Amino acid sequence: MAEITFREALKRALREELTRDPDVVIWGEDIVAYGGGGAYAVTAGLAKEFPGRVRDTPIAEEAIVGVGIGAAMGGVRPIVELMTINFALVAWDQIVNHAAKLHHMFNGQIKVPMVMRSPAGFGRTAATHSQNFDSWLASVPGLKVVEPATPYDAKGLLKAAIRDDDPVFFIEHLQLYGTRGEVPDTEYLIPLGVSERKREGRHLTVVTWGRMLVETMKAAKVLSGEGIELDVIDLRTLRPMDLSLAMQSVKRTNRAMVVEEGWRSMGIGAEVAATLQEQVFNYLDAPIARVAGLEVPMPYAKNLERATVPFSDDVVAAARAMMTNQY
Amino acid sequence: MEMNKDELISLYRQMLLIRTFEDKSAEMYAKAKIAGFLHLYNGQEAIAVGALSALHSDDELVTHYRDHGYALARGIDSRFVMAELYGRETGTTGGRGGSMHIASVEKHFWGGYAIVGGHLPLAVGLAYANVHHNTGRIVLCVLGDGSTNIGTFHAALNWAQLWHLPVIFLVENNMWAMGTAISIHSSVIEIYKKAAAHEMYAERVDGKDVLAVHDAVCKLAERARSGEGPSLLEAVTYRYRGHSMADSDVQRSKEEINEQKQRDPLTMYLTNVLLKRNLLTDEQESQIHHEVEAEVDEAVAFADASAEPALDTLYDKIYAQPVANMQIDGSLIRPAALYTGNGTHG
Repeated sequence: MAEITFREALKRALREELTRDPDVVIWGEDIVAYGGGGAYAVTAGLAKEFPGRVRDTPIAEEAIVGVGIGAAMGGVRPIVELMTINFALVAWDQIVNHAAKLHHMFNGQIKVPMVMRSPAGFGRTAATHSQNFDSWLASVPGLKVVEPATPYDAKGLLKAAIRDDDPVFFIEHLQLYGTRGEVPDTEYLIPLGVSERKREGRHLTVVTWGRMLVETMKAAKVLSGEGIELDVIDLRTLRPMDLSLAMQSVKRTNRAMVVEEGWRSMGIGAEVAATLQEQVFNYLDAPIARVAGLEVPMPYAKNLERATVPFSDDVVAAARAMMTNQY
Repeated sequence: MEMNKDELISLYRQMLLIRTFEDKSAEMYAKAKIAGFLHLYNGQEAIAVGALSALHSDDELVTHYRDHGYALARGIDSRFVMAELYGRETGTTGGRGGSMHIASVEKHFWGGYAIVGGHLPLAVGLAYANVHHNTGRIVLCVLGDGSTNIGTFHAALNWAQLWHLPVIFLVENNMWAMGTAISIHSSVIEIYKKAAAHEMYAERVDGKDVLAVHDAVCKLAERARSGEGPSLLEAVTYRYRGHSMADSDVQRSKEEINEQKQRDPLTMYLTNVLLKRNLLTDEQESQIHHEVEAEVDEAVAFADASAEPALDTLYDKIYAQPVANMQIDGSLIRPAALYTGNGTHG
C-alpha cells in the first residue's frame, strides 16, 4: 500500500466520485484557475479532467452553499468548497436554516444530498482565519458533520459523504493536508457515524478527532515510555456522534479525557464528558478531563498562537496529571 | 399565450378562492385555530394567478413565506393547505412547516421560505439542476420588495446571470417591507432597475392586472426556455392586510389602504374583462362565489376533523439516510442497549 498525503487522498475521493456519478459537481472559490486548483490545491487538475463539472464561483458564500442546496434539491450532488471554515459564517443562514432543515420541515419531500468541504484550524492567519466551529455545526439537527484525521479516513469518509442523501459538513484541518498515510488503491468507503479505536491501551481513554488525533498519537508514544497506555478513540463523525466505543473503553480504563483544538467552553468535549458521565458514571475513577484550545481570538504572533492551541505535550501533561490523581 | 373563455373564468375563480381562503384563515386565526405567523395575500392575488397561469404545471416554483396564494394557484388542494395552517397531519407538510412553508414537490412547488431572501440561491440552484438534467423546465422565484436589499438578492442575480440559468425572479412590490415603507428601505424605488446591476433583463408590470402579469410572465418564460437566460419582473401591488396577523398596521394610513382598494384586482378583472366581454353572467359569477365558499368551508371542516401529527413521528425525517447506530434522540448516539426504545429512527 502506497503512502500518500491527506490532500491527495481527498483528491482521489473526489476524482473517483466524479467518475462514478455524472450528477456529482464541485463548485467553490478559486478551485479551477487559482494556483492550478484551490487555495489548498485539493481540486488541482480536476477541472481539466471533468470539463464543466468543476467550476469557479463568485466570492459569495451564501450563494455557494445556497445554490448548492437548490441543485441538490433538484437531484444534482454538489460538493461545495468553502475556502476556509471562517467564511462559512457568511453562509450560516443557508447551512442552518436551509441545508439542515428542509428534509424535516417539508416532511421528507425534499432531500439535500450535498457536501460542504472546508479547511479549519490555524496557520499564522490571526483571529478571523484560524477557527474551529465543530461544536456549532455539530449542534444542528439535520446536519451531518465529519472530520477525518488520517489520509485513509479522509478518502473513505469523503466518498461516503458524497453518496449520502443528507447535507454533510466535511471539515479538513489545514495542518493535515501535508500529512502522509497508507491508502489502498482499491475502492473502499467508511460509513458516517462510526468511531474507531486508533490505539489500544488500558490506562486512560482519550476521545478525540481531527488534528488532535495526530497529536494524541504522538503523546501516546511518549506516555507509553512512562508506562501509561492510552486507549484512543477517533470520533471521525461529530454528528451523529458515536460514543459506543468510548463507553466500552471507559468501562475498562475507568478514566477518560477529551482532546479538542477548539474553544473549551460549550465545546464538543463538554458534550462528550456530559454524555459519558450520564452513561458510564459508575465506571469512572476520576473526573473526565478536557484538553482544549484557549479561549482567545487567535493572535498572529508565533509564540502566542503556539500557546493558544493544544499540542501533544498538553496531552502528555494532562494524562500524567490524571494518572497521578492530580486533578 | 391566448386563453379561452374557460381559462379566463378560471383566473377569476382562482383569485376569488385565494381571497376567500385568506379571509377564512384570518377568521380561524382569530378563533385561535391557527397560531404563529400568518401572512395573508389579500390584494396581491393577481400576481400568483397571472404568473402560474403562464407557466407549465411542472415548472419549478419557489416562493417567499406569503405563500398560500401560490399553493392554491398551483392547484394544491385547499383542504391540505388549511390543514397545514392548523398544524395537522393531513397538512401539506404534515404539520411541520406551517403557514410559511407550504410545499408540494409532486406539483413542483418547492416551498415557501421564511428567511427573507434566503430562497433566492435555492431557486438558482434548482434552475441549474434542470439545466444539468436537460428537463426544459424553468424556475419561478417569488420574492418581495423587502428582500431586494439583502445580500442573497444580489448574489443570486449575479450567479443566475453569470451562468445564464432559466429563472424568473418575480418581485411582488407591495410598497412595504413588513412595516417599513419602500422609500425608507430601498435606495431604488422602481425595483426592476436593480437588475441592471447584473445586466439582467427586467420589466415592470401592474401587479393588479392579472392579464398583464400573465402576459409578462409568458414572455419571460419564453425567453428562459429558449436559452436567453434569467430575468426579473417587478409586479407593483398592495396588500390589504398587515404584514401578518400579528401586525396592528398602525404604520399605514387608512386613506392609503382605501385608495389602493379602489383598484382591486378581482373587481377590475370581473368588471373590465369578464362582464364587459360577456364572458360571464351575474348568475354565473354568483355561482362561482357559492362554489368557492363551499370549498373553503370544506377545507376548514377537513382541518378541524384532521388529527394532530402523532407524537411518535417527532424524530422522523430529520435525516433522509440514518447512519449506523443512530438512535431516536436525533442528536448524540447512545448504544442501543442503553436506550429503551425500539432502535433506529429516521
